[in-house]
Amino acid sequence: MNKPYVRSLSKTGWFLTQPRYKRYMAREVTCLFIFAYTFLLIWGLKRLAEGPDAFQGFLNALHSPLGVLFNLAVLIAAVYHSTSWFNVTPQAMPIMRGEEFVPGNIIVGAHYAVWAVVSLIVLILGV
Amino acid sequence: MAKSNKPIFWGLFAAGGTVTAFITPALALITLFAAMRFSPDMFTYGAIHAFAAHWLGKLVIFGVILLSLWHAAHRTRVTVHDFGVRADGLVAIVVYSLAGLGTLLTLYYLLYI
Repeated sequence: MNKPYVRSLSKTGWFLTQPRYKRYMAREVTCLFIFAYTFLLIWGLKRLAEGPDAFQGFLNALHSPLGVLFNLAVLIAAVYHSTSWFNVTPQAMPIMRGEEFVPGNIIVGAHYAVWAVVSLIVLILGV
Repeated sequence: MAKSNKPIFWGLFAAGGTVTAFITPALALITLFAAMRFSPDMFTYGAIHAFAAHWLGKLVIFGVILLSLWHAAHRTRVTVHDFGVRADGLVAIVVYSLAGLGTLLTLYYLLYI
């Protein structure tokens, strides 16, 4: 009889075996922060709809160590999510011009440029 | 050829990823500033209410929240699976219910403003 196949990888810790699996999971986990952050925005929208006093209450609640820590964590996760995507765009969506592929650094550079412009617009609108 | 509704959902998923990648870092920076009380003039009720009261502002807010919400919900489902939880049906119900609830609440609050 043949030896039965023994699965050597753990279901829960498989990604710890290789650095690139760890990077993959780090990127995966960023979505939890973005999911939670979207609900923070919805909560802010609720308080905004309830009037000036309610909105001030929302800002006061945000102005706490937990509020700062949460927003900092979301910022780090979001930046990691963005940069890890922009850096692989030449592989994820290669663009052909004629017979040649557009060089990867142009595609990556274009993403960073658009990111900078969009961020500037959002910051000007929001600050 | 068999019709599939997958392209629509993949399109929305990709749009959500794009919105998240380009906009969320700047948004998180603004709310971080607000949490730190960086400046008393920013994040005032008047300015944000005026933005959210305009139909174009409502559309932008709804679009950003809708797309990032469903994108994050779907990725959360995959992430939970990657952490070894083999209860995809239940996880899907939970994450999509949260996204659905968030969508309805966003619509309600926007119409209320």
